[in-house]
Amino acid sequence: MPRPGFVLDVDRSTPPMLFWHGEKFSLERLPSDRSRVIYPAEPFPGISDVGGAIRHALDNPIDMEPLRALLVPNMKLTICFDDASLSLPKMRRPDSRQRVIEAVLNLAAEAGVDDVHIIAALGLHRRMHEYELRHVLGSRIYDAFAPAGTLYQHDAEDPENLTVLGTTDHGEVLEINRRVAESDLVVYANVNQVAMDGGWKSLVTGVASYRCLSHHHNPESLRNTRSLMDRHHSALHHSIWRLGKVLRDHGPKIFQIETTINTDAFPSPFDFLSKREWEWTARDRATFLATSKTLNRLPRRAARKIFHGIEAPYAMTGIHAGFTESVHERTLDDVYRQHLVEVEGQTDILTLGVPFISPYNPESIMNPILVMCMGLGYMFNMYRNKPLVREGGVVIMTHPTYRDFHPVHHPSYIDFFDEVLADTTDPVVMSEKWEKRYAEDEWYRHLYRTGNAYHGVHPFYAWYWGAHGQQWAGRVIIVGGDPVAVRRMGFTPASTLDDAFELASDVVGRSPTITHLHVPSVLVADVK
Amino acid sequence: MSKRVAITRRAQRLAGTVERGIRSVAKPLAKFGFPWRSPTVPRGVVVPEEPDTLGANFATEWARRPVASVVRGIVTAGPMRLLTGVLARPEVHGLDRLADLARLDDPPPLIFAPDHHSHLDTAVMIQAIPHVWRQDLVVAAAADYFFDRRWKAVFSALALNAIPIDRESTGRQSSDQFRELIDDGRSLLIYPEGGRSPDGWSQAFKGGAAYLSSRTGTMIVPVHIEGTGAIFGKGMRKPRPGRTRVIFGEPLQPVSDENTRRYNARIESAVARLAEESVSDFWSAARRFSADQTNPLRGPATTSWRRKWALTERRNSEVSGRNSRPKRTWPDLGSRDHS
Repeated sequence: MPRPGFVLDVDRSTPPMLFWHGEKFSLERLPSDRSRVIYPAEPFPGISDVGGAIRHALDNPIDMEPLRALLVPNMKLTICFDDASLSLPKMRRPDSRQRVIEAVLNLAAEAGVDDVHIIAALGLHRRMHEYELRHVLGSRIYDAFAPAGTLYQHDAEDPENLTVLGTTDHGEVLEINRRVAESDLVVYANVNQVAMDGGWKSLVTGVASYRCLSHHHNPESLRNTRSLMDRHHSALHHSIWRLGKVLRDHGPKIFQIETTINTDAFPSPFDFLSKREWEWTARDRATFLATSKTLNRLPRRAARKIFHGIEAPYAMTGIHAGFTESVHERTLDDVYRQHLVEVEGQTDILTLGVPFISPYNPESIMNPILVMCMGLGYMFNMYRNKPLVREGGVVIMTHPTYRDFHPVHHPSYIDFFDEVLADTTDPVVMSEKWEKRYAEDEWYRHLYRTGNAYHGVHPFYAWYWGAHGQQWAGRVIIVGGDPVAVRRMGFTPASTLDDAFELASDVVGRSPTITHLHVPSVLVADVK
Repeated sequence: MSKRVAITRRAQRLAGTVERGIRSVAKPLAKFGFPWRSPTVPRGVVVPEEPDTLGANFATEWARRPVASVVRGIVTAGPMRLLTGVLARPEVHGLDRLADLARLDDPPPLIFAPDHHSHLDTAVMIQAIPHVWRQDLVVAAAADYFFDRRWKAVFSALALNAIPIDRESTGRQSSDQFRELIDDGRSLLIYPEGGRSPDGWSQAFKGGAAYLSSRTGTMIVPVHIEGTGAIFGKGMRKPRPGRTRVIFGEPLQPVSDENTRRYNARIESAVARLAEESVSDFWSAARRFSADQTNPLRGPATTSWRRKWALTERRNSEVSGRNSRPKRTWPDLGSRDHS
């Protein structure tokens, strides 16, 4: 039985804690008697018979007929799946989406269904490369569908292949992929790595247009999202659920298949990263020393290649299929069971070791905007009820925050950094003044539609993702970050963690309480 | 006298000298009798027959001892790998279907059941099977072919970890032996057809693999090997290097109330589906399989020339096979130049 997550109060006998620092990591000693570290639960065991579990889920769905009863000859079947932003790091083959989609295709073949399209639900993310599609779907599916043009990626800027299905009572327009809208049945294969994923969010963001996404991906929604991991207190999710109801009432029949994975993110020799420091064996310590010394000397590009080459030994812990809302409630139960850690009260300072990856840089560069998005967007939002840090407190992140951008994947991020952030860091101001220009820029649109670039508006969304954290924190300090990049984002640079605590004292006094979120793996703090 | 004739005569003289030398040494030995030579048998006496230690009776336990395993490991990683790399260049698909089993702490033994077109199949399979099963793999080999002479038997047992099997029927002795090996955690490579394809099309699957699986509860992995028949098929004198493709299928287990014959038919159809997947794709193969339209492995039930014709068509649709297709020759219909 895996041990649950817990809160460790730091005293003088506590060893230094592991902090991610981009493609590096370090051990940092936290002040004793006023610091605490939140550790996630150990990885849950995976399902032993995955194939059997998938078949069972398809034959016994929740609040829907079995999938084989929904499949009839001459129907239009569309299968959608999550893109490469899940899972992080990428899971070793076979990916759970491949297993699920192969099982669906076998049933479709038995039923004599001929018209099948498979669509990567990208939203405004970049188009996946062929090797990524092969990784997620497996070569069998890729070779069967891609040459025939029936495996493709959603294009949120293709007016001919978008259609409006309706409007919510809040005036939100649901505009989605035409093929999805006109299908007799849509099957969605998802990976629920965190509580934010899944439910109506899968389809309503994955196959929607920019117009549709802008209803909830905006500063107002995201500032009122408390938190991203708690859909019942998230303005973003409320909007998505309203649009989901329009989809339910006016769209095609949807058969949602949600899978959950455990938190076993790092294979050997990096498995020590997921262990508790005082349980590191001599081998773990030797591996840490060897890898950290090597990574310190390696060129950034080489270190990045090593980390992005990691294939996580994630195991599937649950699968539910059927009606989207019912399925998602079960999925959330599974996710919370694994991720929730009870924490008593808030703290003055929250420390976050920001890793090399975020959902928006698979096989790519973690640029400064993504550091903000990862730290203040995702990691800050890993809570339920109340943020881990008190309002007006300090968030300290560790990351090199180098001014590197992937020119193919993140072209609009480069201009966003140089142009928009030089003007303002306020999400509301940039939304009003700059967003439209980037969203409608023909060159960005061309790169998004034909290349492998994120949509022109995506850096704005990445920035809005951290809007709540940015508004909540009294100061944000980045340790070891490029001072120019850090200051451009409106944060404070610091050389060491001790310097950061010193700088924080201006805001939180000389003896602040400190909470460190231990990463990896994933956890959601249930703050009482 | 031409130079070539002079060389030939010199070679003939040399051969005559060698022959005389051998004869001068061998002739005195002919004078030596028993015990230097085998004894003559007195008239009227019947010599009891020595128990046959070849064929299905060949003992192979020694080949599974540590020293033999190390030798086999060297053969597998060295000459055999080189041979398959040069001749067959195998491309392996479908290992993800075995990933769950391979990642278990104690992976269960499996029975690998491929179709069989060439002597190369075993070498290709040994290279293609994941390491967790390869290290404890035994190969069921025809007792009447691989174990009919001592040197062949020793070589097969040592290099391939082969076990003799009577291909006409899975006798009690063979079946008990395989069961013991599977109980020991060893996986098995067995060709359900019983032998190489005589004409390029597969033969009917015999029930040995299905019987062993039912009896031991071991899962069967259907496997399709494409290309080896064109590279070194039955009747070919020398191999013609090319590419091969190995496709592993989902492991199968007998379902309740399924007799061996039905189970065997299911294994054959699973291999046929993989063959279809190889020449088309996963989705087309799945649809044809569901519509009961999978091309049979055994080819069309027609005259031999039409089978050969169909085989050519099929091989042309395969991505594997020889490096270069046989050059097409057109009949000479006369010159167009009538001037």
